[in-house]
Amino acid sequence: MIDNDPCVIIENEFVKPGKGQAFNRVKIRNLKTGRVVDKTFKSGESVEAADVVEKEMQYLYSDSDFWHFMVADTFAQYAADQTAVGDAAQWLKEQDICSVTLWNDAPLTITPPKFVELTIVETDPGVRGDTAQGGVKPATLESGAVVRVPLFIENGEVIRIDTRTGGYVSRVKD
Amino acid sequence: MLAAIRQFFAERQVLEVETPILSRSASTDAHLEPVATSDGLYLHTSPEHAMKRLLAAGFGDIYQICKAFRAGEEGRLHNPEFTMLEWYRVGFDDQALLSEVEELLALLLKPVVLQEPERLSYAEALSTHAGVAVDSRPSELVECLRDHGVHVPGYDGLPETEARSLFVDLVMSAIVAPCLGNGRLSSVYDYPPDQAALARITDDPTPLARRFETWFSGVELANGFDELTDASEQASRFETDLERRRRLGRRTPPVDALLIDALSAGLPASAGVAFGLDRVLMLSLQGQSLNDVLHFPISRA
Repeated sequence: MIDNDPCVIIENEFVKPGKGQAFNRVKIRNLKTGRVVDKTFKSGESVEAADVVEKEMQYLYSDSDFWHFMVADTFAQYAADQTAVGDAAQWLKEQDICSVTLWNDAPLTITPPKFVELTIVETDPGVRGDTAQGGVKPATLESGAVVRVPLFIENGEVIRIDTRTGGYVSRVKD
Repeated sequence: MLAAIRQFFAERQVLEVETPILSRSASTDAHLEPVATSDGLYLHTSPEHAMKRLLAAGFGDIYQICKAFRAGEEGRLHNPEFTMLEWYRVGFDDQALLSEVEELLALLLKPVVLQEPERLSYAEALSTHAGVAVDSRPSELVECLRDHGVHVPGYDGLPETEARSLFVDLVMSAIVAPCLGNGRLSSVYDYPPDQAALARITDDPTPLARRFETWFSGVELANGFDELTDASEQASRFETDLERRRRLGRRTPPVDALLIDALSAGLPASAGVAFGLDRVLMLSLQGQSLNDVLHFPISRA
């Protein structure tokens, strides 16, 4: 816990001059804002531990305010708000397994699966030979996300997306 | 590398010695934590005390390659168990010994050291690389750290002298050290007296500790002293160290009375230096971390 926010240490360098005081120079990511900051601690200094755990959960459904998740083996359900879900919302498909970070048992951040398979609900028919756009066109997915896909992709097809980049990976055939 | 070191010293007629790793007393250095055993003994943090007793006994020039232990030191450049090379030259002062250090390091780091070594005084190192004077007040040091984007740890309740030494250490390790040893060996000499450890302090109007450290690629490799030979001064430094340890809430290990006895019997004027050999090996192989050269770092030991 730093400045009342839960943070994760992403780098920790132990620094000690030959005969001097030891320090830990750490890079921490604020789990609420995602910001990364540098901090210096005297070695041995302590900070309050944040009650943060990461759990695999199945995405169930969303209503107007919340996205609902469930732990598969205990059936425990959690409701995540807009802040926690953030950009992940556009990749959520019912029954997909997501990684949910809990802080004091409430969802803090949602990480979608690295790859998701989603159905195209709307895209213009591709015009053969139209390469002015680099051979790609926009397509709207069932989750609401808009991604760029190759010209040969048609309405109703299922495609595989890399959620870390938002990029098209391949066509998924039944 | 070990063979090259042994040959280097054989050519100079420096005798290889072995001293106990397990001891009844320990270093009183405020920032060193010895590993204590269950029967009240300590693993040495360096062979310094025992080797000085050999010097006082008239052994002359000596060197040792041994394991040393420092509790709680673990990181990219630290492992609680490490290999140390320590040697003493009778009749040398710190600058003469530094020349020998530069020769040996140039030999061991031959493929990676490109230019002639440089030497800077501690004050020059701070002013050149951090733009701050060595006698700055704590507030000025804090400002310097903030200007360089270094987050400053809390220091509430620390006496001014402790706060000052804390920030000088941080300026040195966070701002200055990364600039040192860029393609060549950089050595810093003439330390502030509060960082003298076991070095002789000059009688000048502004006293300086005859101590040096050598860096390569921002990594500190060697720490040497023109050795303190005065027994009563040594005894009083042990006491000051212990007081400082109590103030910092650290354990106070038994003082090495045998070293004081040896100094009273007479330690010849000499200079001594210690190397972290794991770091030298790491740099010679252009590694980034001690884990690159340790088979089993402490997390896997």
